[in-house]
Order: sequence, then C-alpha cells, then structure tokens
Amino acid sequence: MAIAQFLLRRLGLAIITLFLLSVIIFVAAQLLPGDVGRAILGPFADQRAVDQLNEELGTDRSIFVQYGDWIGGVVTGDLGESYAFRRPVEELLWPALRASAKLALLAFVIVVPIGIVGGVAAALKEGRFRDRFISIGGLSATAIPEFVWAVLMIMIFGLWLDILPVTAQAPRGAGFFTQVEYLLLPALCLVFVLFGYIARMARAGTIEALDADYTRTAVLKGLPRRTVIRRHVLRNSLLPTIAVVATQVGYLFGGLVAIEFIFNYNGIGQLIYRAALQQDFPLLLSATLVIGVVYLVATLVADLLYSLLNPRIRLASSES
Amino acid sequence: MSAATVPALELDDLGVAYTVRGIDRPVLRGVTLSIGEGESYGLVGESGCGKSTAAFALMRYLPRNGKITGGTIRIAGQELMGLSEDGVRKLRATQVSMVYQNPGAALNPSLRIGEQVAEVSRLLGASATSAGERAEEMLRRVQISDPARVMRRYPHQLSGGMQQRVVIGMALAKDPTLLILDEPTTGLDATVEAEVLDLIATLRTEFGTSVLFISHNLAVIAKMCERVGILYAGRLVEEGPTRTLFDDPRHPYTVGLLRCIPKGGLRKDQHRLDTIPGFLPQLGVELPGCVFTDRCGLAREICHEHEPELHPLGGGHASRCHFHEEAQTLPRTTPPHVAAPQRESNGVPVVRAEHMAKTFRQEGHDVRALDDLSIEIRPGETLGLVGESGSGKTTFARLLLGLTEPDQGSVVELEGHPLAPRIAKRSADDVRALQIVFQNPDAALNRRFSVRRIINRALTKLVGTKGSARDTRLRELAHSVRFDVRLLGARPAQLSGGLKQRVAIARAFAGDPRVVVCDEPTSALDVSVQAAILNLLADLQRDKGVTYLFISHDLGVVRYLSDRIAVLYLGRLMEVGAAETVFNAPHHPYTEALLSAVPTVEGEERPRIRLEGEIPSAADPPSGCVFHTRCPRYLGAICEEQEPPLAEVERGHFMRCHIPVDELRRLQAEAPPPRARQPESKTTS
Amino acid sequence: MSTPEEQVVLAEHPLPEAPGEEHEETRVARRERLRLLLRSKTFLSGALIFGVFVFCAVFGPAVVPYDPLGSPTDILNKLESPSSSHLFGTDQLGRDIFSRVVVGARDILTVAFAATLLGTVLGAAIGLVTGYFRGIVDDVLMRIVDAFLAIPIVILGTVALVGLGPSKGTLIAVIGIVFAPIIARTVRAAVLSERELEYVQAAKLRNERAPYIMFAEILPNVTAPILVEFTVRLGYAIFAIATLSFLGFGVQPPAPDWGLQIKENYIIINSGYWWPTLFPALAIASLVISVNLITDGIARTFER
Repeated sequence: MAIAQFLLRRLGLAIITLFLLSVIIFVAAQLLPGDVGRAILGPFADQRAVDQLNEELGTDRSIFVQYGDWIGGVVTGDLGESYAFRRPVEELLWPALRASAKLALLAFVIVVPIGIVGGVAAALKEGRFRDRFISIGGLSATAIPEFVWAVLMIMIFGLWLDILPVTAQAPRGAGFFTQVEYLLLPALCLVFVLFGYIARMARAGTIEALDADYTRTAVLKGLPRRTVIRRHVLRNSLLPTIAVVATQVGYLFGGLVAIEFIFNYNGIGQLIYRAALQQDFPLLLSATLVIGVVYLVATLVADLLYSLLNPRIRLASSES
Repeated sequence: MSAATVPALELDDLGVAYTVRGIDRPVLRGVTLSIGEGESYGLVGESGCGKSTAAFALMRYLPRNGKITGGTIRIAGQELMGLSEDGVRKLRATQVSMVYQNPGAALNPSLRIGEQVAEVSRLLGASATSAGERAEEMLRRVQISDPARVMRRYPHQLSGGMQQRVVIGMALAKDPTLLILDEPTTGLDATVEAEVLDLIATLRTEFGTSVLFISHNLAVIAKMCERVGILYAGRLVEEGPTRTLFDDPRHPYTVGLLRCIPKGGLRKDQHRLDTIPGFLPQLGVELPGCVFTDRCGLAREICHEHEPELHPLGGGHASRCHFHEEAQTLPRTTPPHVAAPQRESNGVPVVRAEHMAKTFRQEGHDVRALDDLSIEIRPGETLGLVGESGSGKTTFARLLLGLTEPDQGSVVELEGHPLAPRIAKRSADDVRALQIVFQNPDAALNRRFSVRRIINRALTKLVGTKGSARDTRLRELAHSVRFDVRLLGARPAQLSGGLKQRVAIARAFAGDPRVVVCDEPTSALDVSVQAAILNLLADLQRDKGVTYLFISHDLGVVRYLSDRIAVLYLGRLMEVGAAETVFNAPHHPYTEALLSAVPTVEGEERPRIRLEGEIPSAADPPSGCVFHTRCPRYLGAICEEQEPPLAEVERGHFMRCHIPVDELRRLQAEAPPPRARQPESKTTS
Repeated sequence: MSTPEEQVVLAEHPLPEAPGEEHEETRVARRERLRLLLRSKTFLSGALIFGVFVFCAVFGPAVVPYDPLGSPTDILNKLESPSSSHLFGTDQLGRDIFSRVVVGARDILTVAFAATLLGTVLGAAIGLVTGYFRGIVDDVLMRIVDAFLAIPIVILGTVALVGLGPSKGTLIAVIGIVFAPIIARTVRAAVLSERELEYVQAAKLRNERAPYIMFAEILPNVTAPILVEFTVRLGYAIFAIATLSFLGFGVQPPAPDWGLQIKENYIIINSGYWWPTLFPALAIASLVISVNLITDGIARTFER
C-alpha cells in the first residue's frame, strides 16, 4: 500500500512538472518570436505571402491561444505539423527517438557497470592512489563537453588509428554488430561524460555506508570483510545511485545534440538541432517536450525501483 | 571475583594515541585493569577522557590515525596484540561483543532483524535453520514478546527500546566472554532506560558474561557495576568496589565529581553544588606530573613533577594520588550555603495558561501534542516540567514563547494580560519578558558571530540601547553570567560547552526577562560543568527574581532547582504540586514509576516499578486515562473508559487519577505492585 | 578580589591568550581554511591552469603574435601545420591558431563568469526565501526546478537562443536563468537544515524581521555550499557555452571562440587537418578540468 501511495504521489508530481515544463519550453521559444513566415520564406519574399503563411500557420495569434492550441494537440496526441518539413511532427519524431534510444542504450550498458564498479573500487581505498586516480580521472572526463570528446575520438580512432567509422549512421540493413560498431565512438563520448557522475555517486554512497554505525556493528560481529561489504555496505550504498543513474538520462540527451550533429546520426538531437536552425517551432517544442518526458519517466522508474528495494519506503507504516 | 579462573579482560599498561598532523597524541596513558569472570566493571569519565577509545581499542577497532602505542590486552587469557587480522576477526566472532549508543544506527536499515541476529550464529557455522531458531530464542531472551514477528521486521519498524534489545540480543547470541556496553541507554527515555538496564542485569547473570560498562552517568554505573574505574585524561585515577569508591572516594577528581551531582534531595535554596574548575588537558599535551594537577585544589609541588603511583588502599580500592588520605578535604570552589531567597508573594501569577492545546497535522493524522493544559506559574519560582518523549513539554514551552501557535481556545496570560498567540503579534515588552535557554548551545548560537555581536544584537533589539550604554550593559551581563570579558571577541566554536551556555544565558537575560524557559539547559554538558550552570541559574534567580520554566529529563536536576513540578504524559498534565510533595508519596502512578526508574548515586534504590510496553503514539492515544495501558496500579474498566479529571488532592497538589489519594498513599507505602499487567504488545503490531 | 566562581571561569580559558578584536578571529579561521586549501594538490594544479587562462583572457590580445581575427594576406598561408612561426598552425583562412586560442579565453571566461554569478545571486536569493518560508511558494518553486532539471541546459539554451537570437548578453541571461532554480535548490536544502537550528528561534524571540534572519543570520552560515555551488556551476557554464557556440547558437563568427573554431574545422579532420580542431579542443578540456579541480579542492576543504 505504501508503495502505491508513494508512486501515485510521484506520478501526480510528475504530471505537474510536465505541465510546467511545457510552459517553460513554450515561453523560452516565444521569448522573442521572430517572424516565422519570414524565417521560412526568406528575406526577399513578398510581405503578403509572409502574412498569409503566418495566418495559415496560426503564428499571428496571441501567445496564449497558440499555447492552448499546442498543448491541446499534445494531450490528444496531435503534435502538429513541422514548418520546415511540411510533415506531421510524429512522423519525424518517433524514428529519431528510436535511433537515439539505441545510442543511449549502448552508452548506458557500458557506463552503468563501470561507473558503479569504479566508484565502489575508489571508495574502498578512500584517499589512496586508486581513489585519487579514479576520482580525478572521472572528474576530468566528466567535465569535458561531449563534442570535444567527439573530435578527439575522431582524431584518435578515425584519423590516426583508423579502426572505427567516424559517422554513426550504419549503412541500410546493417546487422546488429555492424550497428554497434558504428555507434561505438559516439557512445564512448557519452560514456566518458557520464562515468564521472555515476562513479562519484557510487563512491559517496559507499563511503557513507562504510562509515555508518551498522557497518561497524557488522565488523565487530567478526564477519569477514567480503561479507561486510557485500551484505552490509553495498546493499545500502547502491540504493541512492539508482536515482542518480536515472537523472543521467537527462544529461545524456543533452549531449545527444552535439554528438549526433558531429557523427551525423539521425536521432532526436540532430532533429532538435535542425529544427532550431530553421526556427521550426512545432518540431522544436515537441522534440524538447519528448526529452522532458523521457527524463520524467526515467525518474519515475528510478523511484519505483528505489521504493521496491528500500524497506523504509516499502514498509512505511503508521509507526515512526 | 574468583582468583582461580582466568580474568575475562586484562589490560596491562595500555597506551593508545591518535596521530594528528604527524604527531602522536596520547589518548590512553598506561591503563591497567582487569575484569574477573562474570564481573561487571564500570568505566566512568567525562567526555574526552578516553573511555570510548578504550572500548574500541579492546575490539582492535581504531580509526586509521589511531594506534596502540604500548601495553597488552588479554581477553579470556588470549593475548590480542600479536593477533593476525583473521585472529582478531575470530575473537570478535566468539569472545567479545559490543553495544553502543543509538541502536537505530547500529542496525542495518535494509536487512530484516532476523537475518541480522542469525548472522552471528551463521558465522559460527550454524545452518540457516538452526541460526534462525537461535535468533528467535535470543529475541525471546531479551524479552521481546513476539520474536517470530519481530524477526521479519526491519529496524525502522521498531522503537528505540526494542532496537536496543535486538542489539543486545545480537551481542549475546555468541555467548561472549566479555560484553562491552558503551553508553547503551543514553538517549533513551527514563522508563525505557530502566527496562533495558534491568534486562542487562538479568542477562548478565543468566549468561555469566563479564561486562565492561562505559558511561558518563555515575548513577547508572552505581546501579549496574560491582567495581568502578574512574578515567581522567586517559589515566585510570581511581579504582575500587562501587560502594566503597562512591562512599569513600580517595581521588580529588572523584571527590569533585561526586560533589557536582545534585543528590539526596539537595535543593537550590539550601546548598550550592560544588564545581571542578578548569578544563580537561588538551589532547596530547605532555603531562609530566599528575594528570589532574591543574584543576586540583590539593595540588602541591610534587604533584606537578611526579606522576603518582596507584596506591593500594585495601579491599581492591586504589587511588592515583599523592595525598589520597586527604582527598576528601578537597576545598570547595564555591561556598556551600546560599543566602535565603526572596520570593515575591503577591497573588498574581506571572504566567497563567488555560486550556492550552496544540494539534499537529501529520501524514493525515491529527496528533495531539498538548491537550487542555491549565497551569499557573508564580513570580520568582521555578516550575519543573518532567515527562518522557512525546509528553508535550517542549510543545508547551514553544506555545508559551509564541514560536508555535496554539489551537483555538487556548489562553495564555502574562502578569494578568493576555498574550498574542504568535511572537510577531506580541508587544516589545511581552517579547522581552519571555526568553529561553536552549539545550544545545552549539545550535543556539550563530557560529558566524562573535559573542559580542550575539549579545549586543539582543541588547539592541530587546532593550534598544546603543553605543557606550550598550557596551556598559554588555559588560554587566557578561559579569553576571561570570563570562570573562576578554573572550567577547571569540566565536562560539572557540569556547567550551559551559562557556557557550553562559553566552546563551546572557543573551536570554539581556532584556531583563520575567520568565526564562530552560529547555534541558545542562543535558549536553558534563556533570562538572552542569553544576556550575545550575549554580549560575540559581544565583541569577535569586538576584533578579526571574521565573523559570525548567524542562529536564534528569529528575535530580529538576528536584534541585524546582519549587514546583508538573508531570506530563502524552500531552496531558498528570500531576502538579510543590517539588517535595511530588517527590514523596502519595504521587501519581506515573510519577511513581518515573521516580523508581531513575537510578541514583547513593544506590538506595526505590523499589523498582516496571512499566511494560512502549509509550503510545500521540497520534493514537489510549482511551480513558492515557496512562492506563502501562499503569502498574490499574484499577479496572473505568481507567479505560473515563479520563480522570485533574483534581486537587491536597492543598496545591493536583493529580489526574481515578484512585483516591488516601488509597494511593496506602498502596505506595506498601510494597510495589507485584508486576505490571502484561499489556497487548502494541509495538509490534 | 574575585569570587571563587569567577576564578573558575577565568581558569576555563580555551585560548592560550585572550583574543583581540573580532576580525582577528575571522582571520584565524580563514587562514586555517586557506592553509588546508593550499595543501590540496588538486586545488593547486587546478588554480595554476586556471590562472594561465585568466592571464590569456586579460593580456592575450596584447601579447599574441598575430591578429586573431586575421588579416587580408592570411589566406596565402592557410592550413599550415604547426611550426615555429605558427605554433599551433593556421586554419582554413590562414589565421594563426595559437593567437585565436589564447584570445578565445576572454569571451568564454567572461560569459561563463557573468552567467554563473547571475545564476548564483538569483538562486541564492530564491533558495533563502523559499527555504526559510517553506509553504506554497516553496512547493511551486520546487516543481519549477524539477521542470528545469528535466530539460538539459544545452537543449533549453538552444530553444531560447533561437527565439532571442544569439548574443553574449542573451547567452549570459539564458544560462544564468536556467542555473538559478538549480542553485536555489542547493541553497534551499542548506537553509532548511539551518532554519531548524535554535539560533533562528532565538532571533525570532527578539522579534527580528524575516529579511534580517535570512540575510544576516542564515546567509553567513550557508556561504560554503553557495561557494561550492558557484564553482560547480562555473564548470557547467563553460561546458554549456562551448557546446552552444559549437552548435552555432553562442558566440558568433568571426570571434576566436573555441567552440566555434571546432565547428568551423572539425569537418576537415578526416582530410588530415587535425590541428585547427585539436588545439581549441585541448583548451576547452584543460579549462573545464581546471575549474573542476578547483571545485574539488574547495568542496573538500569546506565540507569537512
């Protein structure tokens, strides 16, 4: 029961957040509404044609009407039509999202285990060389923007070693392993950036658990160190890490724009980039909103996992 | 102590040091002691004397910068110093267990109780089933009524007292030779503490385990231990059989310590407490002579130069003092007698609270923290407020101060005129009139401000003085709380706990208040410092005629300072009356239980009344009399059906009980109730 | 003559000598922290690298050998590989990459610093107010923070910059505003635990106004998390600005911005021209790493 309540509450909050998110995105995009018709038709087009296009697109109406129109569409599943591509936004969005998911998944599958292992390994040797090496290495890797990693990767693996393809888009009909091969470089760039966050959280959680009284109890029981770590430390320290992994989904999508642009991969990041260049608001708004939704869903899943694994939430009773 | 068997613990010249910035700073200096088989040994000392370090050194569990610098440790005859890591582990698994403060943190939050207890037997090679059975049996032996159910619980689902039982059960599951208890009941409520102490005493005889009991609380040690060692600055300064040592102390430190405690019904208007001047020497300071010289009123030249031997005094009593014969002539640092207090005796109460109530909304439940409390506080008196957690004493203080808004219908009057419910609505005079001294001076003083700034701000806001007038007032205030004006530039972190509390008191007195709430003002302090603060509060009251609302869980302290005492339970006023009236029968059954729960240094124990079960939740208080679920003098159905009124049973003595007062007087003059009835176990439901 | 009780207190000196004025105390505490900071190797190496970039930003334009914006004759020696005359080589327009990298430090540092400062001041104020008052304002703000956290800053920046049109001022405003709620959340958390301390109640008990309690009593006690948050965000700001410039929504050509240089040149890496990309990339990498090392050092010193 406690879980259901907890999750319902979280779901409610997520919906409110989603609404605010749509407002923020919409407002951000409307801060200084350029003349959409003019943007599409170019500086030399006839003013009447521009006006007519604006009317056709509905961009001459007030911002509230436009927001209502857009959000009404979103709720009913109609994301509108892209200005630039003159096609329904859904048709563009879903394939791009699927492509990005592949890339993101590959990056996650690599980074989550090594991030956690790295963080725990560092925590177990707190303050020693291994810890400093992993912590500072992770910190540095994380600090460098994805596109910088990308150009460095391209130089190393594409130009000098010449062992990996420097574009991400696999040829049509490529098999699983070929696809992975093409996606490896961009995924690695994401891995570098994410490693530090995950390792840092796993490290902090583990150190906290190592310092906890219950760990002392376990040691003083005379348990072997291995058992202490496995049963008493990790069980408590990895719980908060789960939540962090979910928030990384958000950072990951932020990185996709630059990565997909550099590696010329037709994912949602590339879509957003193009939509932004062409001031294609329906596409830009919906694509950004989708990224927000992905983030919120990931956080919800993390909450669910967290509450299932944490007896304090799972069994929260009326007693304190 | 039988000489033939191997002692459970032998320390010989044990030294422990912490390395701080590359320098070894000794924490324990040549500690030698031995605990016989089945014996219970108490190690007493104030904070920073090294008692916990001693415990962890025995378990060979020191922080990374700590190390054993010399001496030997033998547990059950086995030498620890040369032991390999695996040997140490085996020793922990079989011979020695430890229980420490804060059981909530000592249990793993994500493992079931059963798994955690069973782990101990599993380690010794038991199968999963037999380990489970053993765990259940252990839980039964620590008097958990439904062990099978508790096994399936997680720690957060148990109360503090239950958690500590589990930890004790876990510690005894391996049937250890030595059990180390490091402040095992500190932080628990008085009645729960008493139960846990009783349990420990019972199990100790059942298991025949030797116990090293570490505590700052002399009374608890007096109750629990056969022999005592007094630790000061890492040295054992005196040792002996408990009664001998407490009745005939032979070290000036022990003498001073015992004089600090308000005991035997001492009261502020008869007797000032003695204090121990100065401070514990700083960690790692070279001490060529006696460790206590700097604070000792008997110190002579030889004390500065030569470390005294541990002089045997016969009967196992020994003192590390050159002048142990004279120890009890230690001059007082404060004169014992006090000038007679001058009490205003006009009829208007300084505070009158009527129908005070506060309901908090918590996760969909209404929690009645305070229920219909009516009380008067007279000018110049101290009203002691006593009760366990959830009794509403702090809530009452907050309502009075206007920090929390009471429920509709509550009335508070200050000297005859009504007070606005919230502080923001109160007049400057009213704000000035009611002040507070908090428990923890670290949190109560802004750590970014100097003492001068802290007190000056209070003067500016409460009195409105500025410039040189304010400066004069600041010095006066500092003087009145005996705070050295040269320290006014210091920040709180640079001051000792006692000095910080003096600053907090000075701040409370900045605007010449009428009433000062003292919310556990000495609970965070060592006894020697506590005595100085209690003296100061009594002096200030005598000089300024201020009224105190004194909240404390320490009944000795409350009795020392209070003129009247109010006893709260679950937000209800159960009893109120003159201090001595409340302390002497007839009293409310709850008061009776509370008084019998608290151990005293004298050891002349009142017959123990056991309260079963836990304090019920204020969110779901029992019907009728809220105390009926635990009451040892339960009458019958009426207690469950009707809430008794607060009736005046004697002049100025009010009680909320269905039992007629004469009947109570008769009952309480007799033997204690056979055994409280077993209530339905509320805790595990 | 003093009373015995007074002697007690005089003997209770915690300090070897009586301290002088308040500022001396502050100085002692500050010196101790500084000493700790200066012992931290991570902090020192970070500060050293960062110092070099600050030097480039301040004096760069005066000391570089060539005009970073190029000259009409540059096109004659385009895409020269690194040599003694062009330390980092030249780009497609023949401009000296070393000069452009050195001078490029100025824009990114000023924009990042200004944006972070804006975000920190806004965020700290919001965090203090909401943390102190709690209630409905707090709830609403936390939802807004959640919403902001759901969209990566690069994407939100892209959306806003498309609307507003790219310029340094816009960049500062957009990043500052996106940072504000995130910083507010950290400050709020610190304020929430701080407001439960009794010194806040003591202040209420002398009828202090809320602004005094927030800004005079609480703020000095939460400066450490604010400072740490500032340095953390500075790193993110550099990260975001470089990325936005790279995407073309930040600093505009022909400015010698690092992200922009990479955008202009990365496409020719495959033709073997790696130097126009490598050097600005290394500049970004070392700058962000230095900021993170500084952050790490500060966080370790203040949060112990």
